[in-house]
Amino acid sequence: MRIFRTTATLAVAALLAAGLAACGDGGRSTDTLTIYSGRNESLVGPLIEQFSQETGIKVEVRYGDTAQMAAQILEEGDRSPADVFLAQDAGALGAVAKAGRFAPLPAEILDRVPAKYRAANGQWVGVTGRSRVLAYDSQTLDPADLPASVFDLTAPEWRGRVGVAPTNASFQAFITAMRVQHGDDRARQWLTDLVANDPQIRNNNVQIVADIDEGRLAVGLVNHYYVFERAKELGVGLDDLRVRLHFFPNGDTGALVNVSGVGLLTSAADNANARRFIEYLLSPAGQRYFAEQTFEYPLIAGVALDPALPPLDDLEAPDIDLNDLDTLAATVEMIQQSGLTT
Amino acid sequence: MVRQEAMTEMTGRARVGTRARFGHPYARWRAWHRIAPRPVLLLASVLAVGVSAVPLVYLAVRTAEAGWPRIAAALRTPGLVELTLRSLALTAVVTAGCLVIGVGTALLVVRTDLPARRFFAVVAALPLAIPTYVAGYAWVSLVDNFHGFAAAAVVLILCCSPYVYLPTVAALTGADPATEETSRALGRGPWATFVGVTLRQIRPAITAGALLVALYVLSDFGAVAILRVNTFTLAIFTSFNLGFDRTGALVLATALVLLTMAILVGELLARRTNARYARVGSGVRRPPARIALGPWRPVAVVGVAAVALAALGLPAAAMARWFRVGVSRPGSLAEIAAAMGNTLSFSAAGAALTILLALPIGLLGARAPGRVAAVLDRLTYVTHALPGVVVGLSLVFFGINVAYPLYQTPWLLALAYAALFLPLGVGAVAGAAAQAPPGLEEAARSLGRGPLTVFRTITVPLTLPGIGAGAALVFLTCMKELPATLLLRPTGADTLATELWTHTSVAAYAAAAPYAALLVLLASVPTWLLAVRSGATGPAVLGGGS
Repeated sequence: MRIFRTTATLAVAALLAAGLAACGDGGRSTDTLTIYSGRNESLVGPLIEQFSQETGIKVEVRYGDTAQMAAQILEEGDRSPADVFLAQDAGALGAVAKAGRFAPLPAEILDRVPAKYRAANGQWVGVTGRSRVLAYDSQTLDPADLPASVFDLTAPEWRGRVGVAPTNASFQAFITAMRVQHGDDRARQWLTDLVANDPQIRNNNVQIVADIDEGRLAVGLVNHYYVFERAKELGVGLDDLRVRLHFFPNGDTGALVNVSGVGLLTSAADNANARRFIEYLLSPAGQRYFAEQTFEYPLIAGVALDPALPPLDDLEAPDIDLNDLDTLAATVEMIQQSGLTT
Repeated sequence: MVRQEAMTEMTGRARVGTRARFGHPYARWRAWHRIAPRPVLLLASVLAVGVSAVPLVYLAVRTAEAGWPRIAAALRTPGLVELTLRSLALTAVVTAGCLVIGVGTALLVVRTDLPARRFFAVVAALPLAIPTYVAGYAWVSLVDNFHGFAAAAVVLILCCSPYVYLPTVAALTGADPATEETSRALGRGPWATFVGVTLRQIRPAITAGALLVALYVLSDFGAVAILRVNTFTLAIFTSFNLGFDRTGALVLATALVLLTMAILVGELLARRTNARYARVGSGVRRPPARIALGPWRPVAVVGVAAVALAALGLPAAAMARWFRVGVSRPGSLAEIAAAMGNTLSFSAAGAALTILLALPIGLLGARAPGRVAAVLDRLTYVTHALPGVVVGLSLVFFGINVAYPLYQTPWLLALAYAALFLPLGVGAVAGAAAQAPPGLEEAARSLGRGPLTVFRTITVPLTLPGIGAGAALVFLTCMKELPATLLLRPTGADTLATELWTHTSVAAYAAAAPYAALLVLLASVPTWLLAVRSGATGPAVLGGGS
């Protein structure tokens, strides 16, 4: 009993002391660069490290989920400690830009990237490209069996065999693109037909790719690099995987190329370090990193791709300006009304 | 009990009489004192509840800002009714499952001759160390086609049953066997005695555990997201992701608050008298008689072992498999150590703050039970049922607008933990305070000791073990928390939970496995302490008897 009392007292004292110690380093310095990254640490951490070493700029990175981080930036308002927001998805950048939280980027940065992969008002710029693909199980499906259009996936032969992640931002951007390309009625019809065709709902793209590779799912609508990530985790080549990539041809909406991107917070409009970081992301060294390490498409000219990928220019992507994908709210309502998320 | 209630009634009547006779200030003070007994404790409790209500204030502000059309739009979310019913159904099923497993295991461990019962006593508590997102991933990666309502119910029941098991064990070991023996001596059979005496004695503990389970299920994100059951909390997360719609998400969260309040009011109304079954009196505490299971012994062992295997063995197997199959590896030892250090220090700060805030509320509930104390106590549960992301965002709002110097410091994170987990602390403090009957303090006061001396020599020593147990419970719960931690941690500070999230979101399960294992191992230490303290492993261990 006495021993327990002593232990308990000591434990409480230790708890308090540890709590106090934990709070000693609360001060924030203003001369460092603070990045809010909605992109994963294992994907961009090494590049940021590399930037810090080459420039001597001290960088603080806050990692989080892109959507929740956008909410955080909006909640923080003018007092946000963030200088730069690195986002997984153009939609999140659009939401922050719409709230007036981004400063316009200088033309010399914007001009490095094709106009359709950056904001028309210059408030954010794309950093890497990612293509929507149909991932498929190569053991049960022959490339010849695969549909030429995403619209074919609502046919009876694909009943219960198509994996989708409707809460994923890249899926939403894809539906927005379908609305832009074919009109609201056709997009709504496709969603309705998909729901009627027993779609296999997954939480995210990672699960879709894993389920296809383990033979639990025939095909799935995902971004191209998830298959590369899986090969990397299993320590095998792309060809050793059961899951393979099918790029939709003929400018089909299913082959939309979307971007991850970056924006400069208004509070950091004059922050030279922040500008330097964005320039670094769009430098040959930065772009090469993404091509080699995250298997994404570089957006500046003259950077080599992963050999397993068809060049960006060879993709028969739909001719869609990402700036036209700014009607996310209508898309969300359409997805919800279709019943895909319930 | 009956006599005690009658006494209260008598003193009540006496007081009325006093007030009628004397109209002077002292009588008025007495009258006020009856409405608000222990004013200092009450004030401190209101302040503490205020802290836990920060997220509610935030939700009210944002919902009011949203305006009626926006609220109406969010409430028109298709399937909102199904969503509500599904959440409630999951809550009911999981709570029922936890009651069966929690109470059943507690009875087997404490009241029967179950073989290896000390071992099982600890094992039954250990699932508390496993975050639901780890358990969810584990099941999905090992069992084909494991998803949906039933799957989520299984995972949640396995993870949450210790919330019922631990208090039930404590109540069973703390109960005086003499009451049961009297019942048997008066001619009641074993079953009638169990229902009429034993169950009644442990009912408050069971109810408290069940309430924690129910509200946890409402707020859980990890298991339902991975196992794809669309619940209210998942819909709130989805709403953040769908079109980056903060307002819609927050309006839904407000609806969840109303739902929670309905459950709490229902529970308060359904509760009968505030009966307390403390053992007061001299004599040595002795263990009750154990029931011989006879031919049922093997069945019981297989049952308990099967639950343990599903709850602990399966996640362990999954982690081993991730590590074996994948080639990704966690960062350097220094990185792992840093994450571990942050997990420990943030959780320690969270536990310390939570207990500090829980002290006045728990003491008020124990010393001045009544409507006011009950309402204050239940208010702390409302935030407990909110998803971590909402609580996190509300403290971003609070930090930016009210407590900027604290923003992105561990203190604000500790405040979020306190807001989220206050009921866990309050329950422990109230239980501990019941161990120190006011009669003892009054006796010491009447013998001439000062209030501080009484506090130091009577109250603290008697309540400290229970409060320590509460701190351990909050500590381990903080360790597992993810969404609020992501939003509020100091920039650049990783914890074991955030590292786990980092690696699992890029499918680097092998890199995630060591973090998951470390998190579970570290959380097992306070869990083990809780199991031992509950008295399940036998009498007179760590403050078991006095």
